[in-house]
Amino acid sequence: MKALSQRRRHPLAAIALLLLGLLVTGGLYAVAGTVNEAKAQTTTYSAQDVEQGEKLFVANCATCHGINAVGAEPGAHGFQAGPSLIGVGAAAVDFQVGTGRMPMQMSGPQAQVKPKQFDEEQTRQLAAYVASLGAGPAVPSEEVLDTTKGNAAKGGELFRTNCAMCHNAAAAGGALTRGKFAPALGGVTGEHIYEAMVTGPQNMPVFNDANISPEGKRDIITFLHTIEEQGSPGGAALGSLGPVSEGLLLWTGGLAVIIGFTIWLTQRSS
Amino acid sequence: MGDHSHGDPNTSGTVATAGQAEVEKFQDPGLPPHRPRLADKDPRAEKRAERQVAILFAISMLGTLLFFVGYFAIQLDETTAISTLRLQNLLLGMGTAFAMFGIGIGIVHWAKTLMPDHEVAEERHEIRPEEDRQVAEKMIGQILDESGIKRRPLIRNTLIGAGVLAILPAIGIFRDLSQNLNPDILRQTMWAKGVRLARDPEGTPIKAADVTMGSAFHVIPEGLNDLHEGKLEAKAKAVVLLMRLDPADLNISPGREDWNYNGIVAYSKICTHVGCPVALYEQQTHHLLCPCHQSTFDLTHECKVIFGPAARPLPQLPITVDSEGYLVAQSDFHSPVGPSFWERG
Amino acid sequence: MSATSSTENYVPKTSVGRIANFVDSRTGGSAMVKELGRKIFPDHWSFMFGEVALYSFVILLLSGTFLTFFFNPSMAETHYTGSYVPLQGVEMSVAYASTLDISFDVRGGLFMRQVHHWAALLFVASVSVHMLRVFFTGAFRRPRELNWVVGGVLLILALAAGFTGYSLPDDLLSGNGLRIIDGVIKAIPLVGTYISMLLFGGEFPGTAIVGRLYVLHILLVPAMILLMIAIHLFMLIVHKHTQYPGPGRTENNVVGYPVGPVYAAKAGGFFFIVFGVVALLAANFQILPIWDYGPYDPSPISAGTQPDWYIGFVDGALRLMPGVIGNFPFEFVILGHTLSLNVLLPALVPAGILFTLLFTWPWIERWVTRDDREHHLLDRPRNAPTRTGIGVAGVIWYCVMWAAASSDLIATHFHVSLNDVTYWLRVLFFLGPIVGYIVAKRIALALQRKDREIALHGRETGRIVRLPHGEFIEVHEPLDDYHQFRLVNFESPEVLPAQPDANGRISGKEKLRGRLSRLFFEDRVAPVTPAELEAAHEHGHHPAIEETAAETAAETQVTGR
Repeated sequence: MKALSQRRRHPLAAIALLLLGLLVTGGLYAVAGTVNEAKAQTTTYSAQDVEQGEKLFVANCATCHGINAVGAEPGAHGFQAGPSLIGVGAAAVDFQVGTGRMPMQMSGPQAQVKPKQFDEEQTRQLAAYVASLGAGPAVPSEEVLDTTKGNAAKGGELFRTNCAMCHNAAAAGGALTRGKFAPALGGVTGEHIYEAMVTGPQNMPVFNDANISPEGKRDIITFLHTIEEQGSPGGAALGSLGPVSEGLLLWTGGLAVIIGFTIWLTQRSS
Repeated sequence: MGDHSHGDPNTSGTVATAGQAEVEKFQDPGLPPHRPRLADKDPRAEKRAERQVAILFAISMLGTLLFFVGYFAIQLDETTAISTLRLQNLLLGMGTAFAMFGIGIGIVHWAKTLMPDHEVAEERHEIRPEEDRQVAEKMIGQILDESGIKRRPLIRNTLIGAGVLAILPAIGIFRDLSQNLNPDILRQTMWAKGVRLARDPEGTPIKAADVTMGSAFHVIPEGLNDLHEGKLEAKAKAVVLLMRLDPADLNISPGREDWNYNGIVAYSKICTHVGCPVALYEQQTHHLLCPCHQSTFDLTHECKVIFGPAARPLPQLPITVDSEGYLVAQSDFHSPVGPSFWERG
Repeated sequence: MSATSSTENYVPKTSVGRIANFVDSRTGGSAMVKELGRKIFPDHWSFMFGEVALYSFVILLLSGTFLTFFFNPSMAETHYTGSYVPLQGVEMSVAYASTLDISFDVRGGLFMRQVHHWAALLFVASVSVHMLRVFFTGAFRRPRELNWVVGGVLLILALAAGFTGYSLPDDLLSGNGLRIIDGVIKAIPLVGTYISMLLFGGEFPGTAIVGRLYVLHILLVPAMILLMIAIHLFMLIVHKHTQYPGPGRTENNVVGYPVGPVYAAKAGGFFFIVFGVVALLAANFQILPIWDYGPYDPSPISAGTQPDWYIGFVDGALRLMPGVIGNFPFEFVILGHTLSLNVLLPALVPAGILFTLLFTWPWIERWVTRDDREHHLLDRPRNAPTRTGIGVAGVIWYCVMWAAASSDLIATHFHVSLNDVTYWLRVLFFLGPIVGYIVAKRIALALQRKDREIALHGRETGRIVRLPHGEFIEVHEPLDDYHQFRLVNFESPEVLPAQPDANGRISGKEKLRGRLSRLFFEDRVAPVTPAELEAAHEHGHHPAIEETAAETAAETQVTGR
């Protein structure tokens, strides 16, 4: 039953798609001036981290994002332009690289989740390098991710107002325009949810700390983890997709069983 | 293959006068001979069927038992885990299912194997025999005649008039289903000059500096949460989506130049199609998408419709900042929010 | 006096007999038993859907009554204090809170809610399938036209019952559904705004709507459904059931099993089976998890906001309609009044066309065929190719709109663009029914030809025999009389050209009728006649020339015109 109720939104064919201007936001941070991010740079990175990160960056990311991460024009080799990464912060790197969205395998409407290509240490080093280029949101601290201190009911209200329209009220994901989509949130770590909110990956809007406070974000993460852990009280959740999957089950499963019975019932006994 | 399978398309006659076709019809061989069942021929099979039916009824009893196990063994209180509730639902449901299936399948099995299975033919009768019609016609004629309704048109006509009028109160009395029937209330919202933009649902005001590039704030008018009456009605019209774009991306039409504040724009969240909240903001394409019917609005072109069933752009709320740096409305919306209505004009 | 004396003559011997006699002598129960006790009902699996509908309605009454004991249809504000943690302290309506209480704090409440909702989905589905069966087999023909109309009214009442119930829990999903209804109502010219305000008691959402829908849902609509069911069943008894054609089955009889005991046992047992299926669904599959959606609030919305399946086709039509084509918006301001065709057209026109055709179809077909006879024998769908084609076209048209209601889920689950799904479905909206009509009609005709083949030459056995001169042939096994009769005994109407009236003129209406008659019956496969079979058999002694024999037989028939 548990298995049935799992949200099955992980794309099976892990086609990784090229990220379109993911970090325009971040770039614009630098231009527009940052707000409420003063406490962002709490994690400290050593100079060695930055140096290692730069090496990894040049080897793996500079094709699209340009040397020194200033962004690139569409290249002659068919590579899409990557946005400038100055000011996107360590959180953006940790989210994009940590969920496998970066580096992208191919271009498309939206970067897809796939097995990550860098281990934690390498991700940290990349984050350190990008963070060194300009001030931006940092990787969240343990404190703001501690769901034992969060309030699921408050988080639920915030989630429904700010997130449910794209991600579905039960966090099962939903469609956006022209092939883009808001992913399901089952199985996503609190850290990545937090980072997505502060950095606004791809077409997701940014929810800075002035919009949803760090405590509010913790409440949202608490809510998501609560509904994921508790499961569905009424049986298999049918993907939490609402009336469509219910209607589909009724017409295929329910009615098929009934028709089976009617055939048996009207058949002559042997 | 094809040719000889075609029938003749144009022989003769119509369906209604297909009398001559009758001769060409096949003889009805009648009901096929009755084929005895196993239980009819073999007493052992009969006994077996009997046992099966009894077992099915016994399964039903076990199902009922299972229901009560689920009902009494699991108590619901504040500490009940969701998984416990699911277990109870499963036990109650499977108990009921077995109880019902046991009885149902048992009875049907009984009917199929042990009750006589000779098909019986019953003659159909005319739905309306002619003599009945004649009797009824005569009776109605007599009734009409005795009542005199045909002979006395004055009575008939006044009765019709009275009857028609008597229905009117039954319709009119529903007028007070709504105390207010003025469509103009659809034109006003809580927004007015100087009303601060506040976060939904907390109701805290928003500073212009809070709205960074790429942000989307869900906004209500300040003071909405303090309303005691009509809160949801006010909210249903007043909700606004607040976003910040690069001012260079905005294509502003004449007269709206000062409706945004440094690229911060506020638009009604209520779809102009049928009123769902248009809340899906794509911060790179600057599209707003309605999740109900997929109307898509282009924020860079003042929320012009670029896809889907909506026909009008979302109304824009003119905003500015007050002396403390908080975002405030310059006025109410300049056109009614939400779906069209006849009196909208 | 004589009645009294006859009862005095009869003295029951057992106590049961005494009770029965007491009731009978005061109600005339014997007459009812005499009329219904051995009434014959034919047996076929496709005849059972009406029963499924009836039984799901009974389940709805039972489970619904349970729910009314705990549900409170008030839209007053409250703060949730029940046991579902992620909503504790949240502001909501009393209706929503009481639905949460039913789900989390009443033992068996969640199960009953799920039973009620699954039974509701099944109710509308079985009504629909039942109507499709009646349509495709021609069971709506005289004398059953009025019962077909009653069935159509029942379908509309079922939709009304479903929709009013869907809106009661006052959750986010149903609230947004109501808001869509409000938007559609407001688009109605002249009176729309007033209807909306009367319905909601002022502005949307107001505090009245749940209470009002509740009364409609538990009182008015079910009462009307019960009344219609009573009429429906009364007419069923008057008409007696239809039957499929076959040996021994004629227009003048009905062949099957008597009510007592076989049919009553099967039908009675089937109630428990339907209940079992619903219980199985309710035990294992969650339906309408209102706690996921949260209480209604006009600001939030969930991705994937859809109505229950039976309203889906209207929602899909709303999605398919473009609001603006090029620079041409489908909304006009005429003399200071707004006309929203982008809402009105999709909301009213497809449903209007479907229901108008549904209600008038028996008369349309009667007019085209000029067939006013009573029909108690059903058509196999293949033997009425045009009707089958038109039915399939309707079904496909419906299904395209239905699919459009889940365009966003199609997009995410098949990894395609939402916009492309809409574009494709817009094309299918127009092309789908046409293709469906042609394909279904051709398939029906092909099946008729196959029937002809089998009737003329028998069944293919798969045995290959080598003839002395070296030719290989497949042995065909002739049918027995009963199977043969099934394949040859059907009516095949022919084109009835426009007929001049008494003045010798052909009116425009009659010309149209003639054209429709040609559309209906121009392509037709006639049933095998005894003469054809005879001819086929004469040559049939030598299987090798069987094929040619049939060829000749058909030739004979064609030249015989």
